[in-house]
Amino acid sequence: MEIDPFVFRLSIFILSIFVGYYVVWSVTPSLHTPLMSVTNAISSVIIVGAIIAALAGNNEKIFNEASIFGFLAIILAAVNIFGGFLVTQRMLAMYKKKKKK
Amino acid sequence: MISINLLALFYLISGVLFILALRGLSSPETSRQGNFFGILGMLIAVIVTFLSIGNFSTSFIYVVVFLLIGGSIGAFIAFKIPMTAMPELVAGFHSLVGLAAVFVAISAFLNPEAFNLGTSGNIKLASLIEMSIGAAVGAITFSGSIIAFLKLRGIMSGAPITFPGQHFFNLFLLLLIIGLTYFLCSSQSSNFFWTLIAISFLVGILLIIPIGGADMPVVISMLNSYSGWAAAGIGFTLENTALIITGALVGSSGAILSYIMCKGMNRSFFNVILGGFGGTDQSSKSNKGEQKPVKSGNSDDAAFLMKNASSVIIVPGYGMAVAQAQHALREMVDTLKKNGIKVSYAIHPVAGRMPGHMNVLLAEANVPYDEVFELEEINNDFANCDVAYVIGANDVTNPVAKTDPQSPIYGMPILDVEKAKSVLFVKRSLSPGYAGVDNDLFYRENTLMLFADAKKMTEDIIKSF
Repeated sequence: MEIDPFVFRLSIFILSIFVGYYVVWSVTPSLHTPLMSVTNAISSVIIVGAIIAALAGNNEKIFNEASIFGFLAIILAAVNIFGGFLVTQRMLAMYKKKKKK
Repeated sequence: MISINLLALFYLISGVLFILALRGLSSPETSRQGNFFGILGMLIAVIVTFLSIGNFSTSFIYVVVFLLIGGSIGAFIAFKIPMTAMPELVAGFHSLVGLAAVFVAISAFLNPEAFNLGTSGNIKLASLIEMSIGAAVGAITFSGSIIAFLKLRGIMSGAPITFPGQHFFNLFLLLLIIGLTYFLCSSQSSNFFWTLIAISFLVGILLIIPIGGADMPVVISMLNSYSGWAAAGIGFTLENTALIITGALVGSSGAILSYIMCKGMNRSFFNVILGGFGGTDQSSKSNKGEQKPVKSGNSDDAAFLMKNASSVIIVPGYGMAVAQAQHALREMVDTLKKNGIKVSYAIHPVAGRMPGHMNVLLAEANVPYDEVFELEEINNDFANCDVAYVIGANDVTNPVAKTDPQSPIYGMPILDVEKAKSVLFVKRSLSPGYAGVDNDLFYRENTLMLFADAKKMTEDIIKSF
């Protein structure tokens, strides 16, 4: 008998939760706001699903019922990706150490 | 066209890069590199998705156009947004992730062939369940974040909205969602799917309205967590490793932040979620007592006290953000330093409206991050400091949290401001803080109240120096 691929995905999922748990505890509290904006940006990797959905329309009818939701999701996710990473970049650029005199 | 195995490996690389992105945030020095890893991971995920479909026809151009439209909106917002508005921005972004998850779930439901999930009306059982979870959590994230956004922006009152039987009603709706998932799986009927999404939107709204304004740090962290679980649900549907890894990372990140915030208030997660805390009744009760005498002063008195101090600790709170006083504050600190006074900043975990809110504002005002300390790091220093300058904070300094078991904030870790030789309290009035508890510190012998707008008072102190 073969193992259902779902079990592998579940394993990845569970292990990632543990990785996330330990990685996030090591984040310094002063960077918690950038942490939120960057997690926001990376969760927008959901855009890959949106792209597949949008490109599933055939060439005669690019915007069909299903692909239109894909296109809408692309816009939303893109706002988040660019907005999330850029605002994180902007914030992180402000964190400076004391200048040594 | 690239093979499906190669594709999966690239998604794995993206996932690992996302882990490194979060790892980078362990210190400000490595954080910028971390953000770069995140961008790289995203780029890889998007490019290999294009390559895997290999459909570079007209629809591909549309995809790029839509991507650029969204991207420019996002970039515009990212550059324009003032740092004080970060909590709203993050709430707004969460809502977008949630809605995107709903949309992807809908299109997977309408066109399952594109995702290899079976055929319309005959979708694989596991996929249907995963899809429903993704859509439901996504919808809850969306509507919940919209409410959080409206509350943070001040469009909607921050006061908790409650009605009798609220919790039972929410529980009923959650059970209904589970029931609908069951019927959806057995009948494959789209009606159940649409109802499921509609009810989830409603649940999102109902979950957030009873939570008060100052509990927003918990709410934002919680919604952050939800957006992760929604992404993971969709990741399972699409059998996409990058999404599963990311979803798990974001989900646990948000959960940890919620935990840290709850601990900062010494309240259980359920206590916050069930909400209704900090209504005005409590404050009116505690104000019934006779008027206790307070000492109030002006900017000259404050400047005089600070001039004679050798060390000053600044305690910022949400009021500083509201008054946009961070730049004035830094100028005042510069003046103090020029006079040889040692200055540091003390940040309570729940100061502000989101985790790390104060740190970002101080960083924006060019305060070096090694002058800014967390509660545990600095709390012992109050005993040796001459002046504590409390600007826009209140409950987090209230000694009642240690002494009065009856108080709603009893047990909450506080900054030991009371131990400082003198305390300067910048506040607009004597009104109690969010928790509705009178602050003992206002009536102490060594406290000087400075009744004014935080920014104006700070500027006046600079002038009086």
